Amino acid sequence: MSALDTITLSVIEAALQQVCDEMDLAFSRSAFSPIIAEANDRSDGIYSAEDGSLIAQGVGGLPVFVGVMQYSTRTVIEMIAQGRVLPPEEGDIYIVNDPYLGGTHLMDVRFAMPVWRNGAIFCWVSNTGHWPDIGGAVPGGFSASATAVEQEGLRLPPVKLFKKGVLDPEIYAIITSNIRIAEQRIGDIKAQAAALQVGRDRLFEILDRYGDDTVVTAIAELRRRAAMQMRARIAAIDDGTYLGVAFVDSDGVVDEPLEIRLAVEKKDDTLTFDFSGSSEPCLGPMNSVLATTHSSVYLAMRHIFPDVPISAGAFEPLVILRPEGTFLDAQYPRPVSGCAAEVSQRIAEAVFSAMVKALPDKVTAAPAGSSGNFGLGGFDPQRGRPFVLYQLSGGGYGGNADHDGLSNGCSTIGISKSPPVEIMEQAYPILYNHYRLREGSGGAGKQRGGLGLDYEIELLRGDARASFVMDHGRYGPQGALGGDDGAVNTVTVFRNGEAHVPKHLSKEQDIPLSAGDRVRVGTPGGGGYGDPRMRDPQAVRRDVELGYYTADDAKRLFAVVLENGTVSEQATVRLRSADLRQ
Amino acid sequence: MTEKEAADGIVAGIDVGGTFTDLLLLEPDSGRVRVGKVPTTVHNQAFGVVSALEATGRPISEIDLIVHGTTTTTNAVLERRLARTGMITTAGFRDVIELGRRTRPQPYGMTGVFAPVIPRNLRLEVSERLEASGKVRIPLDEHGLRTAIGRLIEEGCESLVIHFLHAYANPAHELRAAEIAREMWPNEHVTTGHSLLSEAREFERGVTAAVNASVQPILKRYIGRLADELRSRGYGRDFLVMNGNGGMISARFVTEEAAKTVMSGPASGVMAAAYTARRAGFANVVTYDMGGTSTDVALIRNARPAVSNEIEIEYAMPIHVPMVDVHTVGAGGGSIARIDDAGLIRVGPESAGATPGPICYGRGGIEPTISDANLVLGRLNPNKLLAVDSPVSVGTVAQIFEDRIGRRARLDGVAAAGAVLRLGNLKMAGAIRMVSVAKGHDPRDFALFAFGGAGPLHACALARELSIPRVIVPARPGITNALGCVVADMRHDFVRTVNRPVADLDEGLLAAILNEQADEGRALIAKEAVRPETVRVMHSADMQFVGQTHLINVSLPGATVSRQEVQTLFEQAYFARFKVSLPEIRANLVNLNTSVIGERKQIDLSVLIDPAGREATLDAARTETRPAWFDGEWIDTPVYAREKLPLDAHIVGPAILEQLDATTVIEPGDRATGDADGNIIIEVAR
Repeated sequence: MSALDTITLSVIEAALQQVCDEMDLAFSRSAFSPIIAEANDRSDGIYSAEDGSLIAQGVGGLPVFVGVMQYSTRTVIEMIAQGRVLPPEEGDIYIVNDPYLGGTHLMDVRFAMPVWRNGAIFCWVSNTGHWPDIGGAVPGGFSASATAVEQEGLRLPPVKLFKKGVLDPEIYAIITSNIRIAEQRIGDIKAQAAALQVGRDRLFEILDRYGDDTVVTAIAELRRRAAMQMRARIAAIDDGTYLGVAFVDSDGVVDEPLEIRLAVEKKDDTLTFDFSGSSEPCLGPMNSVLATTHSSVYLAMRHIFPDVPISAGAFEPLVILRPEGTFLDAQYPRPVSGCAAEVSQRIAEAVFSAMVKALPDKVTAAPAGSSGNFGLGGFDPQRGRPFVLYQLSGGGYGGNADHDGLSNGCSTIGISKSPPVEIMEQAYPILYNHYRLREGSGGAGKQRGGLGLDYEIELLRGDARASFVMDHGRYGPQGALGGDDGAVNTVTVFRNGEAHVPKHLSKEQDIPLSAGDRVRVGTPGGGGYGDPRMRDPQAVRRDVELGYYTADDAKRLFAVVLENGTVSEQATVRLRSADLRQ
Repeated sequence: MTEKEAADGIVAGIDVGGTFTDLLLLEPDSGRVRVGKVPTTVHNQAFGVVSALEATGRPISEIDLIVHGTTTTTNAVLERRLARTGMITTAGFRDVIELGRRTRPQPYGMTGVFAPVIPRNLRLEVSERLEASGKVRIPLDEHGLRTAIGRLIEEGCESLVIHFLHAYANPAHELRAAEIAREMWPNEHVTTGHSLLSEAREFERGVTAAVNASVQPILKRYIGRLADELRSRGYGRDFLVMNGNGGMISARFVTEEAAKTVMSGPASGVMAAAYTARRAGFANVVTYDMGGTSTDVALIRNARPAVSNEIEIEYAMPIHVPMVDVHTVGAGGGSIARIDDAGLIRVGPESAGATPGPICYGRGGIEPTISDANLVLGRLNPNKLLAVDSPVSVGTVAQIFEDRIGRRARLDGVAAAGAVLRLGNLKMAGAIRMVSVAKGHDPRDFALFAFGGAGPLHACALARELSIPRVIVPARPGITNALGCVVADMRHDFVRTVNRPVADLDEGLLAAILNEQADEGRALIAKEAVRPETVRVMHSADMQFVGQTHLINVSLPGATVSRQEVQTLFEQAYFARFKVSLPEIRANLVNLNTSVIGERKQIDLSVLIDPAGREATLDAARTETRPAWFDGEWIDTPVYAREKLPLDAHIVGPAILEQLDATTVIEPGDRATGDADGNIIIEVAR
C-alpha cells in the first residue's frame, strides 16, 4: 500500500458510507410501494468491479440484505465474462431477481449499474427493492404451499432494463404483463434507477476530489482494516466450538419441523460456521438459497457487533462452510419465498444461541424473530371491490446481560413499522377487537424476555381468505444461560364461533372466512436471560403491578411470593432456596 | 399603556437552555440593547429568568413585554420527570402507547429499552367503540367511565388523558367522556386525544395526548411561579411563550396545549435565523446550531422555516403537532474521538456531555473531544473558555491527543487533533446533508447560518464540505434563541385531511376549508395580548402520487385554486425534489394546511452590538496574533474582538473573531464582510 495516511483513509471511508446512505434515502422517499417507502424493504451499496465484493452499504438498508447484493453483482459480472449476458455500455442498468443467482426470493428485485470512469468500469452500484407483487400463484408472492419456484412468480435472469440510460420498453412490457398492480411499478422502477444515479454522481464527486488512484488504494486498505477489526473482536473469544440450534415449524406443506444445526468453531481470529446435519431441502417454500444463508449469518454478527462497518473485509474472518444437501443451500427449482422473511431469522437465532455462550455480555436470548405475516384477501361488498391486506407484527426481544427484552420489537431482519389499527380499519372491512401486550409471554429470566403482541381481527362484511406465514408456533424463542423460552406463536381462527387452529400452527393458506369470523394471533415473547430465581424480587413485583405477569406467575416462574402487592421477603427466600436445592 | 403600545415598548426575550439562560432586552427609548447570560437554574427555571432580568440593571417593572422560550416541558419528557397521569382508552387498546409501531432503537443490535410516558397500571379501559367512519358501534359506558376516573383519582393522578379509537373521525365519545371527567376531576388537567391532533394513527395521537397531559401541570406550575416572581417585581402584564411551531402564545393559554412547547428553544433559534437572514438578503438558509452535546439543523426556504407534523423527540416518542422541523444531529463540541480496532479515527457518537465534558473544562473529562481539538489547534482561546472548573493546559490536552490517538495513527498531538477536527467536520457535514440539501436542493442556493457557541467555529469548513457558498454569522451567535423570542411572530397552524385524487377534488370545498382555517387563525390572534402589524395567511397541501405513502408539501398561492393549478404545482415540486416525472400516475391531495401568522414590527438588529464600541479600523479591533492550525500548518492568525470590528469590516482569512460566547473561525482564503445589521457574511473559498 502506498503511503495513505489515516486521515485520508477515514475521510474516504465516511464519504463512501455517505454515498450509500444517500442512495437509500433517495430510493425510499420516491418509491411507490409502501414496502419500500415505509418499511424500507430495500438496500443500496457499492461493489467492486473485479468480483462484486462489497465496498460499502447504506446503514438504513433492510438488515436481511447485509452483504447479499455482492453475490448477485458477482453473478452478473461472471455471466458477462462468460458471454451469457450482454456486455455493459455506459448508462446501462441490469435487472435480476433469480434467487439461485445470488438472490433471496423473487420479490426482491435487484438493479445493478456499472460506474464508468475514463472508459472503464470503476465499480458497481446496486440496489434491491421488495416489489409488492411479482406474479405467481398468490398476490404478494408468499405462497405457503408452492412446491416449485415457477409457482412463486416471474424469474428474471440479468437483463438490461435500461440501455444507455433509456428504459427498454420491451422488457418493461414483459414484466408488467406478468405482475399484479403493474401500473404503479413504473414509479418504483424510476425510483430504483434514480437512486443508483444519485450514487454514481456522488461517487464522481469523491473521485474528482481525492483522485481515482487514491480512492482505489483506500478501498483496498479499508477492506484490509475491516477484516482486522472483525478479527480483533473474534480473537477476544475463547477458542472452542459453540453449538446452536433453531427450528422452523414446518415448510408449510409437510408438517414436520426443519432443524438448523450450527457448530461455530472459534480458532485464533476466525469463526467457522458449520450447518451440516441440518434438515434436507424441503418440499414447501421454506428453503434458503446460499446467498440468503450467508447474509443471515452476517446480519446476526452485525447485531452482535453493530459498530463494525458492513464490508467484504468484515466478512472475511467469517467462514461459512457450504451446507450442501440441506435446506440452507436450495437449488432450482426448490421454492424459496419463505427464505428472506422467516428462515433467515431462524438462521440468525441459531447464531445467537451459539454465540451467547461465547459472548454472554454481548448477545441476547432469542428474540421473537418472525415477521408475523398475516394476509387477508377478499371482496368488500360495501365498496364493491376486492382487497388484500397484510398485517405484520412484532414480538418480544430476548433478555440480555444489561436489561429486559424490548416488547413488540421489529423482526430481526426488518426495520419497518407495523401499520396503525386506525389506518387498517379505514382501508379494509375489518375491526380489531383488541390490540394489546400479550401478558405472561416473556420468557422468565434474571432479565426477562419482552412481551409479544395479542390481537384479534374480525371480518365485518363479505367473504375473505386468511393466510399465515409465521413461525415459532412449535417451540418458543430460546432462553439463554438458564432463562426460560418465550411463549410460542399462536393462531386461532373462529369460524361460526368455532375455534380452528392451523395444522402447521403458524402457517396455513386460504382459510375461508365470512362476516363475523375472527382471527386471533399471539406473537412470541422473547427468551429469558439467566436464572429467573436470580431476578430482583422488586422487579418481579413491578411486573405484576403492571400486569405483565400474574402473582401466580411470579411464584411459579420467578419463585417470588407476593402478598397484597408487596414482596414477602421471608417466603421468597424460603421458596428460592427450596427451589435451588431441587 | 395599551396593548398595541406594549409591543413597541421595551421587549425582553429570554431563552432558558440546558446550561445558560440567555436574555436580550431591546430599549427603543435609548436605542440600546442589553444582553444577559446567567446559569440556568434547573429546579426552578423562574429563578434564572428573574436573575437574568435583574442583571440587566433595568427594573423589571419598566419592561413592557416579556417573551419566553422554555425547556421545562422538553426536559420533563426526556428525563421522565412527569406529572402522575392516568389514561382511559377504548376497551382492548390501553397498550397502544406502550406497544408503539414494532420498532427498535437502532437498526443493528437487538437491545434497547423503552418506558411509556404513562405506566400500564394507570391506563384503564372503558367500553365504547367507533368504526373508522365515525359510526358508533358500542355506546360509551358512562358508568364504567366514572368508575375508571374514580380509580385514577384514588391513585393520585394529577392529569388525565382520554384516548378513544377513531375520535378524529367523530369526537362525540371523547367530548362526552371529558365532560364527565371535568365534573369529577379535581383540576382542569383533562386532555382528549383528538383535541391536539385530529388525525388517524392511534399510537402517535395517543403519545401526543399523553405527553400533553403529563407536562401540563408542570408547565402550569412553572408559568405560575414565573408570573408570581415577575408580579412581585412589578411586572403585572401577560407574557408570551414560544411554541415549537415558532410562534408565540399568551402564557394564559399555553398550558392547554402544553405539548406544543416541546422544541420551544430550537424553534426560536430557527425563527431568529430566518428573520436575520431575510433582512440580510438570504431567503434560503440551512441553520446550524452547534452546542456541547448535539447540533440542531433546519431548512429555511423562501424565508420560511420548514414545519413538520411528525417530530419524534426521542426513540418512540412522536409529538405530532406542527413544529419547526429541526433535526438533531448527535455531534457537538463534546463528541468523543477514539481510534478503533481497525486503526481508523472515529468521532462520536459517544459524547462527554456537560459532565465531565471535554478535557479542557477541567471537570474530570479524560477523553479527547472536538472542543479539545479546537483548543489544541489554537482556534479556541484557552483564556476565554466559558464553563471551566479548573483550567487544563493546552500542552496537557495535546499530550492526551498524542497518547490516545496519535500513537496508533503515527501522528503527534497536534496532527491528531487536526485529524479529529477534519473528521468531525466531515461527519457533521454528512449528517447535515442528509437532512437538508440531500432532499433535492442545490446547496449553491443556500447560505449556512451558524450560531450556538460552537457553530461559527466550524461553519466555514462545513460550508465548503457541503458546497454551500456562504456563511452568515449573526451579531450575537450565542443568544440567537433569545433573539428568536424577541422577533417571533404569533402563529397558528391547521391541518385537515382530505385524501382525494386531485381529479376528484371539489374546488369549492377546497376553498371553503382553507378559508375556514384562515378565519379560525385570525380569531385566535385577535385574542392575544399583542397586536401584530400584519396578519399573513399561508396555504399549502400535502400531496403524493396515488399509491405512495410519503408526502411532499406544496405551497398554494391562495384559498381559491383550480384542480389544474394544484396538479401543476405538485408536478413541479415533485420534479424539483426527485428529478422524476410520472405523467402515468394520478396525483392525490392528502392534507390541506393553513398557517396564520401575526407579524410584529421589524426590529433594528444593528444595535445588537453597541455601535459606540466599534472601532474605525480593523487594526484597532485586533487583540492579538496567535498561531492557529489550518490544514496541516500553523499560520499566524490575527484575532479580532467581534464587538470592536468596524460595521463594514472586510477580512480575508485566516482570522479569528472572538466575542463573549462564541468564536468565529475564518479559514484561509475565505472573505468576510460586515453588513448593516452587524452580521458577518463569509464567502467561502472553493
